[in-house]
Amino acid sequence: MAETTSALDRIAARAARATPVPVARRLRGLSDRGIAWLFITPTILLLLAINIFPLIWTIWLSFTNYRANRPTLETEFIGLQNYQRVLSNPDVWHTLQVTARFLCWTMAIQTVLGFALAWLINRQFRGHGFWTTVILLPMMLSPAVVGNFWTFLYQPQIGLFNYVVSFFTGIPPSSFQMIGDVNLAPWAIVIVDTWMWTPYIMLICLAGLRSIPDYLYEAAEVDRASPWRQFWSITVPMVLPFLMLAVLFRAIENFKMFDLVVELTSGGPGSVTELASINLKREAFEKWRTGYSSAFAIILFVTVFGAANIYVKALNAVKNR
Amino acid sequence: MTYLRRHALGAAALAVIAGGALVPGRADAEELTLCWAAWDPANALVELSKDFTAQTGIGMKFEFVPWPNFADRMLNELNSGGKLCDLMIGDSQWIGGGAENGHYVKLNDFFEKAGISMDDFAPATVYAYSTWPKGEPNYYALPAMGDANGWFYRKDWFSRPELQAEFKAKHGRDLAPPKTWTELKEVAEFFQGREIDGKTVYGVSIFTERGSEGITMGATSALYPFGFKYEKTPGKYDMEGAVNSPEAVAGLEFYKELYKCCTPPGYTDSYMQESLDAFKSGQVAMAMNWFAFFPGLYKDPVVGGDKIGFFVNPGQLVEASTLGGQGISVVSYSSKQDKALEYIKWFAQPDVQKKWWSLGGYSCHLAVLNDPSFPDSQPFASDFLLAMDNVMDFWQEPAYAELLLAMQKRLHDYVVADVGTAKEALDALIRDWTEVFEDEGKL
Repeated sequence: MAETTSALDRIAARAARATPVPVARRLRGLSDRGIAWLFITPTILLLLAINIFPLIWTIWLSFTNYRANRPTLETEFIGLQNYQRVLSNPDVWHTLQVTARFLCWTMAIQTVLGFALAWLINRQFRGHGFWTTVILLPMMLSPAVVGNFWTFLYQPQIGLFNYVVSFFTGIPPSSFQMIGDVNLAPWAIVIVDTWMWTPYIMLICLAGLRSIPDYLYEAAEVDRASPWRQFWSITVPMVLPFLMLAVLFRAIENFKMFDLVVELTSGGPGSVTELASINLKREAFEKWRTGYSSAFAIILFVTVFGAANIYVKALNAVKNR
Repeated sequence: MTYLRRHALGAAALAVIAGGALVPGRADAEELTLCWAAWDPANALVELSKDFTAQTGIGMKFEFVPWPNFADRMLNELNSGGKLCDLMIGDSQWIGGGAENGHYVKLNDFFEKAGISMDDFAPATVYAYSTWPKGEPNYYALPAMGDANGWFYRKDWFSRPELQAEFKAKHGRDLAPPKTWTELKEVAEFFQGREIDGKTVYGVSIFTERGSEGITMGATSALYPFGFKYEKTPGKYDMEGAVNSPEAVAGLEFYKELYKCCTPPGYTDSYMQESLDAFKSGQVAMAMNWFAFFPGLYKDPVVGGDKIGFFVNPGQLVEASTLGGQGISVVSYSSKQDKALEYIKWFAQPDVQKKWWSLGGYSCHLAVLNDPSFPDSQPFASDFLLAMDNVMDFWQEPAYAELLLAMQKRLHDYVVADVGTAKEALDALIRDWTEVFEDEGKL
């Protein structure tokens, strides 16, 4: 009995040694909660300084006539006037339409292509690793570099793109301008964005495809389900949450697309490729209408935030199905 | 020992910090930073400023920013009260904002004390680069770099006998630098798509850039000679009937026709550099650009020398050129204003101005411009004098950026993107500008 007790004591002592002493016990006067706050506070302060404060400040500025380039101008509270001006400005609606069209086309094409590429790559053919890397390369480049690079490719006199089109269609290379033509310029941007970001969708779809357990397909085989039925009943539903997540990320990114389009067209010709983000930059940092552009930024923020929330709800519904 | 070591180390650290603070401090006191755009004249100024350093012992540092980023970068610097620049060669349109927002030091007292008279400089340049409100004797800059939009052409192509004969047969006059915009278009059409030395060439390279100021500077080169004006009554902001007058509409329509008929494919967003590239690569017979680039073009081993000719912006109803160029100002946030003023005093001297011209800068000093040898000093010198006699500038209001971007949009929409008519574009421009001036409390 005594031996048993001493064995138990030894185990208890060992357990006590193994259990870490709460840090608070070593730092007198501080509870664990206090220490947790000690560690979290710098991060919270940083977040407040670089995220929350600018947001609140922007909201405040959106109700004023403030201009960053006019220190001598007295700042006045003008209520909702900036919001009213933004929402009644046809140019703003035009840029929102351009942005919406750009989003719709890029998302539709990239989703189909990204999924198709992932499906092909997932078939484990010879050299698929090499091709995966090649496909992923555009995504790794800077948008500014890609924009510059494609500007040369689209050059009607010396650009490779026109020669490739000419080779396949017989249309003379210098007879059309991808980024100088009002009808072709939006497509020129869609092509570049698709070239650059389809691999991203592909990568996430590939993760989804590889997460599908083999036994589902084996069970389907036993049930004599056709490959087409397997695709629609297993592959698509299982990959859909991944795909929707990829579309969400890409849509948010493309809503604020700036650098690529600036490099390619600067919003032109005319204003046919002027996205909301480019217009916002012009208002804020070229025209210096700080209050007005703050209101515009808040409207864009609320739009994206609202749309993303609705989308996330749909995504959760798909996941929980 | 420990005590001693600690204190010795402390003393050494203090000495290093103190030394570090003192040495740059001494260097800063003897060094001025001049901010400007990165282009050929800026290189000439670096060369010229060596004399200033030699005479005064004050070193010169230069902060040059490429033109596409120049306004963004430098206006950010001024708006944030930055101390980077002691001297600023800012664009002519900035003078209103520079004065009203307190970025530039008012120079009247200094000019008086230093014996610098604005009567010694070309009146058009004093008006455009120095004064605010316009024409009032309040000076915020010394005219530093006179400039206007001009033209150059392939003299060697123009002088080919077979082309001369063909052109004369078609138009009944010699193939020569055009005197009117109508003539310019005829010449451009003549060259458009023609094969010269086995290569397809085009008529003309003009400004169509959307992002900064390109298409405005290009189109106004046509608009002014056609009769475009900003206001019916100077200072009244009465734009109706001036900005959208029938003459202005005709000028804008003409610019679009020229763009459609006679530019190389893909020149939908071209400005200074693209114009130079088009000419230097032998693509175009004629090109517009600022006089500032002409010395460099003349020296170009491929298209310069005998192969290049220059002409002033053609007239139409009136003679007029779009103003470029800049004045030099002292930045009010500089802690070395005295030395910066010393630089301006030195720069204003006639001898320095003569050297400035000889190095490739465009002096605005009458001692240079009125020198009998000036017209023959360079092949483009006489055209420069002609241009500076009739220059017109964009709004120089503190809100110039808003006004400029509105014009950029309306012009590019009409000329390049085929949206609406010229009248609609100019009417819309009046609406944009009216809104800006209402915000400014000027309407």
